[in-house]
Amino acid sequence: MTMAPSTSAEHRAGHGPLVELDHLTKNFAVKQGVFAHGKGIVHAVEDVSLTVNRGETLGIVGESGCGKSTTARLMVRLLEPTSGTIRFDGEDISTLSSRRLRPLRREMQIIFQDPYSSLNPRKSVGQIIGEPFAIHRTEKDIKSRVQELLARVGLNPEHYNRYPHEFSGGQRQRIGVARAFALRPKLIVCDEPVSALDVSVQAQILNLLKSLQAEFGLTYVFISHDLSVIRQVSDRIAVMYLGRVVEIGQSELLYEHPRHPYTAALLSAVPRPESNGSTARQRIVLSGDVPSPVDPPSACVFHPRCPRFHRGKCDVDLPPLQQFEGEHQAACHFPVERWPMTAEELASGGTAPSAAA
Amino acid sequence: MASTAGGSASTLLDVRNLTVRFRTRDGVVQAVSDLSFTVRRGETLGVVGESGSGKSVTSLAIMGLLNRNYADVTGQILFEGTDLLTLTPAQLRQVRGRDVSMIFQDPFACLHPMYRVGSQIAEAVRAHNSVSKSTAWDRSVELLRAVGIPNADVRAKDFPHQFSGGMRQRAMIAMALANNPQVLIADEPTTALDVTVQAQILELIDRVKKQFDVGVILITHDLGVVAETASHVLVMYGGRAMEYGPSTEIFNGAQHPYAWGLLESMPTVERRMEVLVPIEGSPPSLLNPPSGCPFHPRCKYRFGRCDQDVPRLEQMAGGHLDSCFLPSERKREEWQKRISRDLGVAS
Repeated sequence: MTMAPSTSAEHRAGHGPLVELDHLTKNFAVKQGVFAHGKGIVHAVEDVSLTVNRGETLGIVGESGCGKSTTARLMVRLLEPTSGTIRFDGEDISTLSSRRLRPLRREMQIIFQDPYSSLNPRKSVGQIIGEPFAIHRTEKDIKSRVQELLARVGLNPEHYNRYPHEFSGGQRQRIGVARAFALRPKLIVCDEPVSALDVSVQAQILNLLKSLQAEFGLTYVFISHDLSVIRQVSDRIAVMYLGRVVEIGQSELLYEHPRHPYTAALLSAVPRPESNGSTARQRIVLSGDVPSPVDPPSACVFHPRCPRFHRGKCDVDLPPLQQFEGEHQAACHFPVERWPMTAEELASGGTAPSAAA
Repeated sequence: MASTAGGSASTLLDVRNLTVRFRTRDGVVQAVSDLSFTVRRGETLGVVGESGSGKSVTSLAIMGLLNRNYADVTGQILFEGTDLLTLTPAQLRQVRGRDVSMIFQDPFACLHPMYRVGSQIAEAVRAHNSVSKSTAWDRSVELLRAVGIPNADVRAKDFPHQFSGGMRQRAMIAMALANNPQVLIADEPTTALDVTVQAQILELIDRVKKQFDVGVILITHDLGVVAETASHVLVMYGGRAMEYGPSTEIFNGAQHPYAWGLLESMPTVERRMEVLVPIEGSPPSLLNPPSGCPFHPRCKYRFGRCDQDVPRLEQMAGGHLDSCFLPSERKREEWQKRISRDLGVAS
């Protein structure tokens, strides 16, 4: 699907999508080294088209190696795409030079996963959070701005001169949030921001992100492998597998009725406290591991692990994203008819390729 | 000490008043305080807690892996009647890996990168049995097959880097099973794995438990994992047991404010919660633990005596134990009125 580039007038008015990815592909060359057996290409992101609307949270979920972080890094142009286009705020940024990108950098920020390695241990909190102001020369009185920010993210403004090691994991992630938020960017990419935190602290950070979004109308791209966290924060969700978006749609639609068998398996695999140990919930256990992105399977990349694999179809034709209810789309020849479903029902279903509903 | 089933025939492991202190340069760290629990055959005990709650130290104490030069371990760890804490290092070596074995969190760090997977398992076999190398190798292939490695005879010759994360964890489980242990301790066995692979490994542990009739201690921070796999749950905080009992009891009527806090702060895949209720503050420093109940600085329900006296684990009406001074009527009321509603549990 091709998206018509929105007019810049629309963007200035603050409507329309903030980020548009169009047929975006990123390959990494495997370098030939002493131990490498030859060159290969890692297909990290393959033909991804999606949009991020202003003020929404787009969740990207998938297992390790599915390309979710690469997609996010492309969005903020920390990486250059192999092909395809990235539009940010109406402007094509896919091939901009780093010099041309610099003024845009303040519009897009990242919160990283590991609050230990993403903060420079030799800089005080004040320096860390004040750095964006110093770089972009936007403030005269950096100190008071930083202290305001510290207070806003729930830290004591008097801790301005402390160093990262004096803080707990949750507090460090608050510092990370303050740094990303300092310049009031339009887009914040949250790359697994709570994965390294304890559950009780995780909720504090999620609530903080939510309240900042409500107050300042921020747009988030929220990356996580945790389906429960993604459900809690996202308006729309993209499910990725081996570099491709296999399903995308409004959060509620996607969780109430996943259409792609991979999404279905992911959802059923999440252990949940509600089952109380008594009700044996039907878990769809996928066999095997995610294949290597160096040599991805033909056609539908999920077919070697798919419970409803149809020989001669799934391994031959690449399924396009097809439309379901609302904006819900999934790339499958034999989409899941209803939900919940047991493993047997899932495997036996989908006898005929269905047309778009 | 109220121990639920002291000395019944099926009790494999009976931990009584376990206390672990580390002497550090900065002072004494009280990692585990007065902890008691039992593990029975064919049963999974889920130990839940945040980082620093003492759950891993407990497992290391059971395995006898704490360096006695720095760690003071007191109390009793009775394995089939023998106190593991009184054994000599040589005697302990006989128990460790044979009667009690362990699966660690990071399977890559636990396999030697330069030895073949099969020979590492064979080494575990030969550590406790005087068998030939070829017999041990055959046994390791058999074990790899038992844990679901395809083409086990070929894959046994692989090096760890040729295995995926899930397969490495399977290999670790095979190694832990090498000598038919009675107790299997799994310390965060699925934390490093993806959800779909996690489901495979949890099923494997459950199958192994039934097939080999072992008692399993599953240590995790994920309440969902516990709810799905454990028959009993021990909730730890600041080195102490907060709540202990059958998992159905705890998930259908937790009595401790910390357990409520954990349940309420955890997002669920079932639905989007109206609000996530975080536990404010952060876990206590064990170097300088709070007085009284370790949870009191973060507890919404604290009152007069919470910062003075340490509550003991006490038997509750529902058949499980918890350590909190709140009157039990108040707790029941809170659970029914608020917590179960927030969680969407029909009660």
